Amino acid sequence: MDLNLSDEQKLLRESAERFVAESYDAEHRRRMANDPLGFSPAVWKQFAELGWLALPLPEEFGGLGGGAVDIGILMEAFGRGLVSEPYVATIVLGAALIARCGTSEQKQASLPKVADGSLKLAFAHSERASRFDLAKVTTSANKTAQGWRLSGSKIAVLDGHAADEIIVSAHIHDHRGPSGRIGLFLVQATTSGLVISDYARLGGGRACNIELFDAHLPEDALLGDGSDALPAIEWAVDRAMAALGAEAVGIMQTLLETTLDYTKIRKQFGRPLSANQVIRHRLADMAMQVDEARSMALRAALKADSAPIERARAASGAKAKIGKCARFVGEQSIQLHGGMGVTEELEVGAYFKRLVAFDTLFGGSAHHYARHAELGRRAISA
Amino acid sequence: MDLSFNAEERAFQDEVRGFIARNLTEEMKRATALTPSVFSDPDIGMAWQRALHKQGWGAPGWPVEYGGPDWTPAQRWIFETECARAGVPNVNVMGVKMVGPVIIGFGSPEQKNFYLPRILSGEDYWCQGYSEPGSGSDLSSLKTRAVRDGDDYIINGTKIWTTHAHHANRMFALVRTSDGPRQQDGISFILIDMKTPGITTRPILTIGGDHEVNQVFFDDVRVPVANRVGEEGKGWTYGKYLLEFERGAGIASAKLREGLKAIADLAESDLTGRAIDSPDIATRISEVEVDIDALEMTELRVLSALQTGQNPGAVSSILKLRNSEIRQAVTRLGADVIGHDALAVEPMRPLYKLNHEPVIPEEMLTVVPEYLNGRAYTIFGGTSEIQRDIIAKMMLGI
Repeated sequence: MDLNLSDEQKLLRESAERFVAESYDAEHRRRMANDPLGFSPAVWKQFAELGWLALPLPEEFGGLGGGAVDIGILMEAFGRGLVSEPYVATIVLGAALIARCGTSEQKQASLPKVADGSLKLAFAHSERASRFDLAKVTTSANKTAQGWRLSGSKIAVLDGHAADEIIVSAHIHDHRGPSGRIGLFLVQATTSGLVISDYARLGGGRACNIELFDAHLPEDALLGDGSDALPAIEWAVDRAMAALGAEAVGIMQTLLETTLDYTKIRKQFGRPLSANQVIRHRLADMAMQVDEARSMALRAALKADSAPIERARAASGAKAKIGKCARFVGEQSIQLHGGMGVTEELEVGAYFKRLVAFDTLFGGSAHHYARHAELGRRAISA
Repeated sequence: MDLSFNAEERAFQDEVRGFIARNLTEEMKRATALTPSVFSDPDIGMAWQRALHKQGWGAPGWPVEYGGPDWTPAQRWIFETECARAGVPNVNVMGVKMVGPVIIGFGSPEQKNFYLPRILSGEDYWCQGYSEPGSGSDLSSLKTRAVRDGDDYIINGTKIWTTHAHHANRMFALVRTSDGPRQQDGISFILIDMKTPGITTRPILTIGGDHEVNQVFFDDVRVPVANRVGEEGKGWTYGKYLLEFERGAGIASAKLREGLKAIADLAESDLTGRAIDSPDIATRISEVEVDIDALEMTELRVLSALQTGQNPGAVSSILKLRNSEIRQAVTRLGADVIGHDALAVEPMRPLYKLNHEPVIPEEMLTVVPEYLNGRAYTIFGGTSEIQRDIIAKMMLGI
């Protein structure tokens, strides 16, 4: 039992924090918010040079073999600067799915390019009618003599506009009809029949909705052997939730510090706001919730490779709890900034919006407490 | 980073489990499960203390030279967790965890030689004389006065919320020996024999129906000056040191988890018409479980920092606050889970020695008393409001 960072992890944290503090200021964020790409290709290149893209990839395909805790260290630092590069889409979701499901040819074709920054990925899974149910997929993949034909709609695809390849989940139909299996398909951004409508995502970065109109894909577009990909999808989304939880902790920590500074400077009734006990107690509650969130993000990361139910309960518990803490810390940060907190003149709002996006992504607190409870029942009956 | 225990730690875990299996009787287990107050009655608690002492585990947090087992923080974690899982009785924490460390830290050699072995063996049963009717959160305003008379102090005043004063043969108390410029000055830390003439004890019943706390009156009580710990007038420093121990014991999540499990078992039982089938109850159980997970991780983070000699900082107030709030959430959930049976509160004590058939199932007997008594968790040992003051001051610097 040891929860101290290793020397390598301490170095990783220091370099990530330094990078974010030096490269990510308010001006940079404002520029990115109005940028059609939503992030900086130059920064992405630096991520590659720093080894952050290779970090969690398998060593035999150009990676460094890092784990979920290492991703969490990076993500927390990213949160402090509201980094908008497509790290979760490309590395935590896309590359992880290829590494887990792909054939060795597919891994060899993609992962080294991901590591050197020349290939960006996205994962298109959510559908409007499925809400947060990962098992419900109506997009279909029909087997043809030459390969596959995909039809359907996906929403809230993180950074899909920037991806060279989008991993699309679809219900496999073979010559006997619906197979009951979900497959993952590598769809080139240039595929005809693929229509992308992208938008500026709440809280920074971009997302898109995509339509597949009978898109023709080659035979080897299917990742792996065509066995049901649902367990892999659940695994990848659980890991993404742990990573996003760590990012949320970084965001909350920054909001706490910013708000604390403000209450010390801002004077009303002839004294600083922080001289009031009601304000001090609010800040104490915020500090406490940031700390609880930090514990939960770490816990989800440490259990990211545990048996499925244990992993999923840790991920859902973290998502639910951190979401609740994030709303509280975000809303109170605005409250304690008074009228200025509601304006675009301060950055409190931008940080708050990223937290709202976090709470919404992959399902909010209510959904994940319910999933946690349901998984608990399954654990008992198993 | 690693959440799992190494081979040595797992071997220790087996050793603890073996010890518990050999020493925890069914009677102790049942009595503990049927105790709705914070502490076990001494007949149960001290039997367990004697078993621990025989094993050399009478005071897990003490240095080895005073009879501590010299455990690492991880071993203490394992010990506390296994004890919580098995449902062992509470020992006299006022002795082992409160006055013991103060005597070790600030007592004279004579005091150490006399008192420490008696705490370990369970021969002495201690109570804490801190709060007074006029001094709750503002503890250092206390007025109980000790006036020097030759080799004695003569003590007059009163203490309140004194847990188990009616069982204890000794009290450690903060008393005023002089009036300094600040109210924290002039307080001394004194060890009092409860059989000294002039001490009377009045029981106070709590809303759950239990007699756990008391008011204690001192009327010209003579206590030898030799019973003062450390310097005269420095008692506040020692008292605060002790409060940090009281709050920062730091291993509460395992007990909370067992408490929640008992409620979840009731919710899954036909006794409650399977309360768990209500989605509201099921998600509330998850919500509390996740809060316990978070507290446990914070405890483990603190433990890891301690293992490598780092100072975990002002986190003990966070642990105290969250532990008390979660405990209340568990008991609130319990009262909701048992539904209509929450109306039938058994007034007789102890619940493990009833001489009549209770009107509700035995598993439910403690649920409402625990909910009611449990309101005290956010009040004793420094209220939640005081903890927030401490967090703001120590962690945030405001």
